[in-house]
Amino acid sequence: MNRQQALFEYLLRLGDNALILGQRLTEWIGHAPALEEEMGSANIALDLIGQARGWLAYAGTVEGAGRDEDDLAFQRDVMNFRNVLLVEQPNGHYGDTIARQYLFDAFHYPLLTALSACTDQSIAGIAAKASKEAAYHRRRSAEWVIRLGDGTAESHAKLQQSFDTLWPYTGELFALDEVDHTLRRTGVAADLTAVRREWHEHVTRTLAGATLVPPQEGWMQSGGKQGRHSEQLGYVLAEMQFLPRAYRDARW
Amino acid sequence: MPAGSNTQRPLEVTPAQVQAWLEAVADPEIPVLSIADLGILRDVLCRDGELVVVITPTYSGCPAMHAIEQAIGAELRRHGVEHFHVHTRLAPAWSSDWITAAGRRKLLDYGIAPPAQSASGRREPPDGEPRVACPRCGSAQTTRISEFGSTACKAFYRCGDCLEPFDYFKCI
Repeated sequence: MNRQQALFEYLLRLGDNALILGQRLTEWIGHAPALEEEMGSANIALDLIGQARGWLAYAGTVEGAGRDEDDLAFQRDVMNFRNVLLVEQPNGHYGDTIARQYLFDAFHYPLLTALSACTDQSIAGIAAKASKEAAYHRRRSAEWVIRLGDGTAESHAKLQQSFDTLWPYTGELFALDEVDHTLRRTGVAADLTAVRREWHEHVTRTLAGATLVPPQEGWMQSGGKQGRHSEQLGYVLAEMQFLPRAYRDARW
Repeated sequence: MPAGSNTQRPLEVTPAQVQAWLEAVADPEIPVLSIADLGILRDVLCRDGELVVVITPTYSGCPAMHAIEQAIGAELRRHGVEHFHVHTRLAPAWSSDWITAAGRRKLLDYGIAPPAQSASGRREPPDGEPRVACPRCGSAQTTRISEFGSTACKAFYRCGDCLEPFDYFKCI
């Protein structure tokens, strides 16, 4: 794998994480549990999809095959997506959505902060912008984890179950492969060991504040970053990609 | 956004003149503010005989950016400028510190509480919650209801004294 290929893969991972989680959040529009949460979900989705646009536009430039951000978002098949499995997991009940969001936000913020100092100026620019937004995302989702975990007996039990279910998807966030190793040598990829340290510290503190028990460490799922996805992603893409695939000339 | 015909005429206006015209372009989300008040309009310059307008988005996914580009184009064409390019610059990232003093006053008059502290001196959100004064009665007894208000750049608050809800322009 040469540097250009690694950079393209790396940018797809960043872009696809933001795009797929953003798309998942838009599924709440019209039936979130409260109007404020509907606006919150929609606004976070907007931030994430805006970030995805930046990453995927740059990925298209790096690839040099004439694909723009829309081509990459709407014309790729499941196996060519590089998002982590966590973000494609279904919305479930609102506690499931909050747990998924928090586990991702607690990773996303330190990752973007680290990338703000990247030697690649385009990555640094997008990351510096996005990290400001991710700081607010993390604050909101952490508050909800505490509110629901330390809420009623029912909300506590449900949220504990959400974290237990999603926990096996967190290992992949920090798994290193050839893409990371190739880019680490030139100071492009973030140091995921440091990101993991901050993630772990923040998650431990938040779960304690929420009176939740940190799930047992065990088997971790992986594969999303290499294009091996759960069955969930196909359904997300079917909805997201239908219109631009059915009507190739469709324009806003 | 290149526009106009193929024949490139020499630039007939100065960047300062163009800057003055564009300062009147309103933000589509908060129409009492101009794009200059918000700090979105970063620069107007002349490059190789072409007029370049530089803008910086407030948020990565701000849906108003397209409308702002179109409004800039319409304003320039209204003044007879056909050759121009609107360039979106990401870095340095937009900061609420770039909102002008006039912009902050207009926000307050419009019923939106302006950013309560400097973004550069701000502590990271979990620890540094600023005290936000109610834009209607000035009371400091306010509560954040939601991290996100009607747009990504605003949070939703309620005043404990006059009991009115209001938008707060977040510090970022």
